[in-house]
Amino acid sequence: MKAKVTFNLDRCKGCGLCVSVCPKHILSLDETVTNVKGYHPSGIIDQDKCIACGNCARICPDSVITVEKFPEDK
Amino acid sequence: MSQIVYQRSAGLQDVETHYCPGCHHGIIHKLIAETLVELDLCASAVGICPVGCAVYAGNYLNCDFIEAAHGRAPAVATGVKRTRPNLPVFTYQGDGDLAAIGAAEIMHAAMRGEKFTTIFVNNAIYGMTGGQMAPTTLEGQKSTTSQLGRDRQHHGLPVRMAELLSTLDGMAYAERVCVADMPSLHKAKRAIKKAFTLQMQGIGFTFVEVLSTCPTNWGMSPVAAGQWVKDTMTQYYPLGVIKDVEGTL
Amino acid sequence: MQKELWKGNEAIAEAAVRAGCDAYFGYPITPQNEIPEYMSRRMQEENRVFVQAESELAAINMVYGAAAAGMRAMTSSSSPGISLKQEGISYLIGAELPAVIVNMMRGGPGLGTIQPSQSDYFQATRSPGHGDGHMIVLAPSGIQEAVDLMQDSFDLADRWRTPVMMLADGMIGQMMEPIAWKQRPAAPAVDKPWATTGQGERGHTNFVTSLRLDSVDNEAFNEALQQKYADIGRQKTRYEEVDCEDAELILVAFGTTARIALSAARKLRQEGIRAGLFRPITLWPFPTLALQQVAGRPNVRAVLTVEMSAGQMVEDVRLALCGAKPVHFFGRTGGMIPEPAQVAQEIRRILKEEQA
Repeated sequence: MKAKVTFNLDRCKGCGLCVSVCPKHILSLDETVTNVKGYHPSGIIDQDKCIACGNCARICPDSVITVEKFPEDK
Repeated sequence: MSQIVYQRSAGLQDVETHYCPGCHHGIIHKLIAETLVELDLCASAVGICPVGCAVYAGNYLNCDFIEAAHGRAPAVATGVKRTRPNLPVFTYQGDGDLAAIGAAEIMHAAMRGEKFTTIFVNNAIYGMTGGQMAPTTLEGQKSTTSQLGRDRQHHGLPVRMAELLSTLDGMAYAERVCVADMPSLHKAKRAIKKAFTLQMQGIGFTFVEVLSTCPTNWGMSPVAAGQWVKDTMTQYYPLGVIKDVEGTL
Repeated sequence: MQKELWKGNEAIAEAAVRAGCDAYFGYPITPQNEIPEYMSRRMQEENRVFVQAESELAAINMVYGAAAAGMRAMTSSSSPGISLKQEGISYLIGAELPAVIVNMMRGGPGLGTIQPSQSDYFQATRSPGHGDGHMIVLAPSGIQEAVDLMQDSFDLADRWRTPVMMLADGMIGQMMEPIAWKQRPAAPAVDKPWATTGQGERGHTNFVTSLRLDSVDNEAFNEALQQKYADIGRQKTRYEEVDCEDAELILVAFGTTARIALSAARKLRQEGIRAGLFRPITLWPFPTLALQQVAGRPNVRAVLTVEMSAGQMVEDVRLALCGAKPVHFFGRTGGMIPEPAQVAQEIRRILKEEQA
């Protein structure tokens, strides 16, 4: 199974709640990037490890995250 | 073909919110939004928003809304629900709004068993006005009007609204939850959904108290604030079902 | 037409029911208790909404909710309770919601007395609530007129999206008079597309609010509100003039006091003194032009405003006449009711003074 996590970077407020609930610890706030609001937006650092649990998307107070999963290649 | 695991709820309007980074209002709004969608209530629901940070809730949730004066949401909701009993009606109130200025209104709504739902966002401080002490501010907790910390001699001890209101027969269902971690978030969603479901069954007044953060006025990061809810707030405000008349029937 | 003997408060309540009141929210306070009492039974008979709220403050907010949901909602109280409602009235004005509020005035200030007064005139006409805003204020002088004006109250409220106050006093509320229930054609129902009835197929949500944080928006709203008030004022303001054609002195009075003043005027006619009565019925908008016209007649030598207060409406009389004629004032306060003989004495004194 592959998973895809996308972020609406301009709406992210860099709160870090998604980072704290990711069971695979593959999210982090990118301190080299500043979005239009001046925050360091969150991003996924290792998409391959993602299990598409959806925790990040569910807790995000600003609904900036979409989580999709793809069927496994046979 | 991909399968969506989670995306922005259709119960939310597609706009940015003014809430601070990590503010739990955003999470609680989502749980209500998801509930309205799942119970197919977006077309009929009427929400009443408070004076407080959530004064703009009507711009964020995808249903009709009425802005109430500070504390008066339960009276406004009574006016709506009594005249239009088929509409799902809910109030969304903070701790100053509900437990200070609005104490009489919420008490009498519960006493009368008004058939609407109240979502009580308890973050133990006044957010919008910059961090003053609230009726739910904890002993020892500092605020701009209790700068040495809440002192029981001077300020009295904080009030547990879910328990207080549950002494009234009109209260059909009261649960205290939080959204500080994923298991708690799922429980909170179930409680909110149950509250709305019981309302539509005409059971009585339903009340969900959500312990929440105010990172800005607590002076903590959003993650640390969530931890403070779990470690400290729940000591004084225990999580769980306080009253459930259906369970006793 | 068949007449029936009715107590003022009960007649006003019944009139509201007949005018299509969907919901009544009230709280006990003397001298209007018969209104919530009557409504508690009558509204239930009609399968409509009645709630005795926990306070006058809660009641006006229940009115606000029902009005926002598109219903005809009403409350009643007396002076101290109206003070509690001022916040809610300001919100009704700011959200442009229709509502009917009955004030059976009693003597103040503070807890005061339960006896009648007219000392809430300023509150009703100047400052129904904080901010720049008004409500239409109707002042009946008897039970028949109160009953007739109740239909107008609901119709005007809906038509103009504004709270409407029926400003009466404890005398009108407590006395009994024979009245007739006139059949009136109902005003056409007003569409309320702004109401929170659930968005359904509407295509957008409705958000009833008075919050306009951006001052640019708020000023635009205030200007529109002032325009609305100008439009209301341009409609016929209501008043009554009795025996004013040849009058040398014009009495200006409203409500119960108008009847007392008229008694004095009629008595004085027997002494050859020509006094007439100008009785405003809309206190807001005030019938300024009509008063200017009536008092401006060459035979008028003086104007005497009579009120159950320390002098409130007299300011509007002075503003209207702008020094064109001398304006005098006679009033009783604290719940005391003026007697026709006292008013007559005052008229004689003034005319003698004006002679000199």
